[in-house]
Amino acid sequence: MTDKKIRVLVAKPGLDGHDRGAKVVARALRDAGMEVIYTGLRQTPEMIAEAALQEDVDIVGLSILSGAHMALAPRILELLKANGQSKVKVFIGGIVPDEDVPQLKQIGVTGVYGPGASTEDIIKDIKEAVK
Amino acid sequence: MDLVTQILNGDRLALARVLTHIENDTQDGRAALATLFPHAGKAHLIGVTGAPGTGKSSLVNQLALYFRKQNKRVAIVAVDPSSPFTGGAVLGDRVRMRDLSGDAGIFIRSMATRGSLGGLAQATAGMTQVFDAAGFEIVMIETVGAGQSEVDIARLAHTTLVVEAPGLGDDIQAIKAGILEIADILVVNKADRPGVENTEKALKSMLELSHPTQHIFSHHGKYMSAAPQVKDAALWIPPIQRTISIDGTGIPELAEQIAIHAEHLRVSGDWAARERARLESEMDAVLQETLVSQFRERVPESKYDEVMMQVYKRSLSPREAVKMLTNGRAK
Repeated sequence: MTDKKIRVLVAKPGLDGHDRGAKVVARALRDAGMEVIYTGLRQTPEMIAEAALQEDVDIVGLSILSGAHMALAPRILELLKANGQSKVKVFIGGIVPDEDVPQLKQIGVTGVYGPGASTEDIIKDIKEAVK
Repeated sequence: MDLVTQILNGDRLALARVLTHIENDTQDGRAALATLFPHAGKAHLIGVTGAPGTGKSSLVNQLALYFRKQNKRVAIVAVDPSSPFTGGAVLGDRVRMRDLSGDAGIFIRSMATRGSLGGLAQATAGMTQVFDAAGFEIVMIETVGAGQSEVDIARLAHTTLVVEAPGLGDDIQAIKAGILEIADILVVNKADRPGVENTEKALKSMLELSHPTQHIFSHHGKYMSAAPQVKDAALWIPPIQRTISIDGTGIPELAEQIAIHAEHLRVSGDWAARERARLESEMDAVLQETLVSQFRERVPESKYDEVMMQVYKRSLSPREAVKMLTNGRAK
């Protein structure tokens, strides 16, 4: 009957209140035929992991502009694993210094997208990551 | 251990997985539904519908908090539309339900409409059944009020709340057929906004104008005789409840109305009648689907296309075409 849709959780952990980027990405993924669950601002890692579980998503997109990515991303990956969702992928959009990228990728982040990243690349990478 | 046993043992990940199977209408999903069926039938299903922007999600959030205080486990199915062009969707109801996270007694699942109306109703029915079997006492189904799908969902729910807000339409909207008729309880949300008296007045006059056959069983006319004839108890006039969902005003009263309605359904016999009607329409849907797919397996594709061509050319009406396909010859 219906095809399996890619389900994406788009979340903003931490305390910065800039969600324009997250909304642009959510909209772009919607237009690419994905189902995007948007959680809104100021989510704790626990809230994000719980939402990912309840929604049985394939991938989680984190929007972080606060500089706290090196604390938040590992914590969220850890919680996903603890919930039995080690197969769920994570990508990050926002302000992330280049030198942090290798370490994030090493812990399992599939993509890091800064200002000027093309939504087409994000879509392509997501489709690749959830294959 | 299989997913169904895990669900019955309270495993939330297994629950989430099975919901996905049901949404995708997989074989595993169907098998799970069949196994869970005997465990379901206990939950109170509450439909919440209304125009976009009336505050449905915030209201559901408040109601869930209230039910949790009564120690009831609450599941929420939040439905948002899919794009008719790309099939994608942004499901944003969780944004208004922040207060509910971190509580193991609550499970929220967002769902996209994915095109087909019948499919949506079926998937929603399946999901509520899983939550029911998993032991959630309250299952709330939130939908955008835009037509037929809401009516289908009202059939699914025991109690349907229709949410209105001041300033969204005049009294002509209120006398139009459709969505207001399916309400068991009318909620005027955002009651701190100007115009609340007018909205309430319009709804009241609509209710007063209602034909006396606004008998509760008129939704399922054919069950009227099956239900016990308790005349006074059988008449349900939808109450109008004012709420302000951002601060929780009117929520305890609304929850009380919901409880009264549930009690009314039990006393009048309509609870059972609604269950029967629901199971019957579920049977019908599955039967139709099965027969159509069996039929399509038997008729060769080429034959089907050939007949279809004649329909395109208007040399054969669709009804004649079906006759031809089912009997092997045209009548």
